[in-house]
Amino acid sequence: MLKRSSEPSLLLIAPTGGGKTLAGFLPSLVELADGAHDGLHTLYVSPLKALAADIKRNLGTPIAEMALPIRVEDRTGDTSYTQKRRQRADPPHILLTTPESLALLVSYEDAPRIFKGVQRIIVDEIHALAESKRGDQLMLALSRIQAMNPDLRRVGLSATVEDPSAIAHRLARHPDPCPILIADPGPDPDISMLVTQERPPWSGGGAKYSIPAVLDLVKQHNTTLMFHNTRAQAELYFHNLWLANDDGLPIGIHHGSLSRDQRTNVEAAMVRGDLRAIVCTGSLDLGIDWGDVDLVIQIGAPKNVKRLIQRIGRANHRYNAPSKAVLVPANRFEVVECVAALEAAKAHDLDGDPKGAGPRDVLCQHILIAACSGPFDATQLFHEVRTVGAFSDLSRAAFDDCLDFCATGGYALRVYDQWKRLKEVDGKWQLRDPRSSARIRMNLGTIFDIETLKVKFRRSAKTLGEIEESFAATLTPGDTFLIGGQIVRYEGLNQLTVEVSRQKGRTPKVATFNGTKFATSTQLSQRILTMFQHDNWPDLPDHTAEWLHLQRAVSKLPETGRILVETFPQDERENMVVYGFAGVNAHRTLGLILTQRMEAAGLNPLGFVVTDYALMIWGLSPVRDVAPLFDPDNMRDGLETWLAGNAVMKRTFRVAATVAGLIERNTRQGRKSGRQATFSSDILYDTLAKYDPDHLMLRITREEAMRGLVDFGRIEDMLQRTKGRVDHVVLDRVTPLAAPLFLEPGRIPVFGEGREKLLADRAADLMREAGLEGL
Amino acid sequence: MTDHVFTFCKTDLAARADGTLWWAAERILCVSDLHLGKSERIARRGGTLLPPYETRETLWRLEAAIDATNPATVICLGDSFDDLGAARAISDDTRATLTRLQAGRDWIWIEGNHDPGPVELGGTHMADLKRGPLTFRHIATSETGEISGHYHPKGAIAGATRRPCFLIDAARIIMPAFGAYTGGLSARDDVLAAIMEPTAIAVLTGKSALPVPLKSCLKR
Repeated sequence: MLKRSSEPSLLLIAPTGGGKTLAGFLPSLVELADGAHDGLHTLYVSPLKALAADIKRNLGTPIAEMALPIRVEDRTGDTSYTQKRRQRADPPHILLTTPESLALLVSYEDAPRIFKGVQRIIVDEIHALAESKRGDQLMLALSRIQAMNPDLRRVGLSATVEDPSAIAHRLARHPDPCPILIADPGPDPDISMLVTQERPPWSGGGAKYSIPAVLDLVKQHNTTLMFHNTRAQAELYFHNLWLANDDGLPIGIHHGSLSRDQRTNVEAAMVRGDLRAIVCTGSLDLGIDWGDVDLVIQIGAPKNVKRLIQRIGRANHRYNAPSKAVLVPANRFEVVECVAALEAAKAHDLDGDPKGAGPRDVLCQHILIAACSGPFDATQLFHEVRTVGAFSDLSRAAFDDCLDFCATGGYALRVYDQWKRLKEVDGKWQLRDPRSSARIRMNLGTIFDIETLKVKFRRSAKTLGEIEESFAATLTPGDTFLIGGQIVRYEGLNQLTVEVSRQKGRTPKVATFNGTKFATSTQLSQRILTMFQHDNWPDLPDHTAEWLHLQRAVSKLPETGRILVETFPQDERENMVVYGFAGVNAHRTLGLILTQRMEAAGLNPLGFVVTDYALMIWGLSPVRDVAPLFDPDNMRDGLETWLAGNAVMKRTFRVAATVAGLIERNTRQGRKSGRQATFSSDILYDTLAKYDPDHLMLRITREEAMRGLVDFGRIEDMLQRTKGRVDHVVLDRVTPLAAPLFLEPGRIPVFGEGREKLLADRAADLMREAGLEGL
Repeated sequence: MTDHVFTFCKTDLAARADGTLWWAAERILCVSDLHLGKSERIARRGGTLLPPYETRETLWRLEAAIDATNPATVICLGDSFDDLGAARAISDDTRATLTRLQAGRDWIWIEGNHDPGPVELGGTHMADLKRGPLTFRHIATSETGEISGHYHPKGAIAGATRRPCFLIDAARIIMPAFGAYTGGLSARDDVLAAIMEPTAIAVLTGKSALPVPLKSCLKR
């Protein structure tokens, strides 16, 4: 690291937590040792606030021991206002921060003074940042800082990834080269799947059956991390663990919806070695070095082999000891998925999807940030943006589109000329109303949180955590739910706080956190399909192997080059199951396309449900001829038209429009309260789609949805792979592979003629029940 | 499109699926909370630059309702403009559309909290209006036979999305907001519960007008 410290850019790849962070700081400590540097020298950026605090502790020790004249401070959303003011006036030598806090610093008028003389920037966990818009925002902020300090050197620290050169391209100032250092990955991890006497259930993500076996594992190890794919699953599992925890093992919980105090307490207890296990989610995927973890348990199929490997790396940081991990399938299908993931991990077959060009909604925000910091020259800013790897191919026209959007709204109807947000004065762009910089700063950031409400005990100031507004809306007083591992009773809504009381010993209604569902990676899905073609499955537990044999006897097992479709009646509905193996997002899109086509064909579809491996549609009429539904020619043709009206597009639009500054999350009056003064972003989407279909925000929405939530790419792959080979199996009842779909939550209604009929019937029933039918 | 036809204070009325109220005997079409010029007002105040199409969209919908009913009188029940500045700032296009819609009929602007003064457009400006047993005003009072707007009620029954709705009981009608950029207040909100009788009906608008007991609407 020291030898290469003069490289303009350098990417260091090492397994999770291999001590790479401190290595990244070495050159800074050396350069600062003589006390000659005045002001900011090194910026450290990490995706987690907790990581910044952790690094501050870890750096403090060597600096104090060697009595180095170096001041280290962190600056995150948690830093106090006075501390932040002081840091702006008198920056420390080393500043530890997050992409959002850095963007905010860059937006200040005195940014050139704050960043004067910065020598190095360390981007930690860059593999995680590179997967989201936060990474793009960070690199745009760096381009501004680099313009102020041309000699700035960049170091990126990354866990093991499938394509290091892609990350290097995003890290370096374009077109600078970026050498890559790869550390010794150490011995292969010891991974296995938990097989218990009790069989996993047919569906669901709870994995409650595994609790006795998992508690045994916890007893046999010093410290265990139990990763879950969603917060709701983590809460439920934690609750069930405690019900069965007869030995009173100290077990904690950690996830992003818990209050900061609670998370800090758990982290501190972990560092002290007071906990034997932590139930957690992606909130512990990154960074913090827990030291003594000797077992990682993944509850639920890992969905993605790369993430699995990174999580496993959390165990056994000691030199040369293999990490130990156990996979716990939550249901029968996940048994198959876990076995496939084990194979992939052993073969070092990491998965990942290439990331597209820099997102333009983030660029719009960046332009607004630039305007906040002072008047700018458009050409100069354009060239600066092009030094960012992700934006190196950005055209001037695309840049001007974004600038026009920021300045005038970019509408085909030009009505805002007198109310522009930005105006050009003497060749420089600036805010029309300088006071609007406060609103822009308040809405910085690319993390799109689902609206949440704080949960508190009545007459208590302490926050227990947060739940989604949509979940809170379904609660009526007396309902119970889990938060922070305890069952609470919903009492009512007070302002924007959910008030609860303690409740013992009742089965809770689980808090649902609609966090993004990760789709099983393409590579993993392919492994499963290949596995299905084996004659038998010695690696699978008997119960699962028998299930697959039964499916083969009753119907067929899905194949790589063909689409299997089953139709059968069940529960007074006609059902169609499509085994697409394209992941939840692509299946949701396919569900929308197919139900649209069924609606047009008069088949009265009522709804559908998706998993990573299949899609089930039910309706009033049976599907007799499936081939036309899968006709690839019309698949893309009709896409644009129907896409315009669907909820996935509206959700994507909401994110893009919020990042780009069209929708404000925070206003001076405090958070929007959902009263009649506000209206939903869906209305803006519908209006634009009708009157300005070519507007920048709609173009961005379409592009993002196609590779994100709509995931049309994977549908096209599926159609390409199968080339019209659709096997239609007609049955008189549900098949073994389809049965779990009936238990799957998250059913999506289709609002067509079928439902309109049912709704009118229901409304008439309600009036009759109330004795009002004559009215 | 089906209407919900009902009798209110001995008057036959229709709550139309598009959110307008039609009094056939008097050929009166009533519409509430148009909030024309909302995006202009937000931009003027240094807020975001929303798509400036809500006025066009709202008037396009209003024109469809007028074409369908051919009213002798149109009553706009207040908050027709997002503020008086927005009323002054409307484009020539909008002015021309309004003039066309007003031709050959009476047009009454009831004042609302957003537009408390007269607007310089055709039509008559009034604080409230009495016709037979009915009174038209912006915000509900305790008077019987009153038709008002202001609250933007929205309702949903299980299995359906939230839709703007009429609230109707023996003494009053609260109209849904007609403007394109208008949010909504849950029909079950405490504020509305204090005004409406427990036996009130909510008429959901949308593809068709669906009457349901207010009590059966979801709280959200």
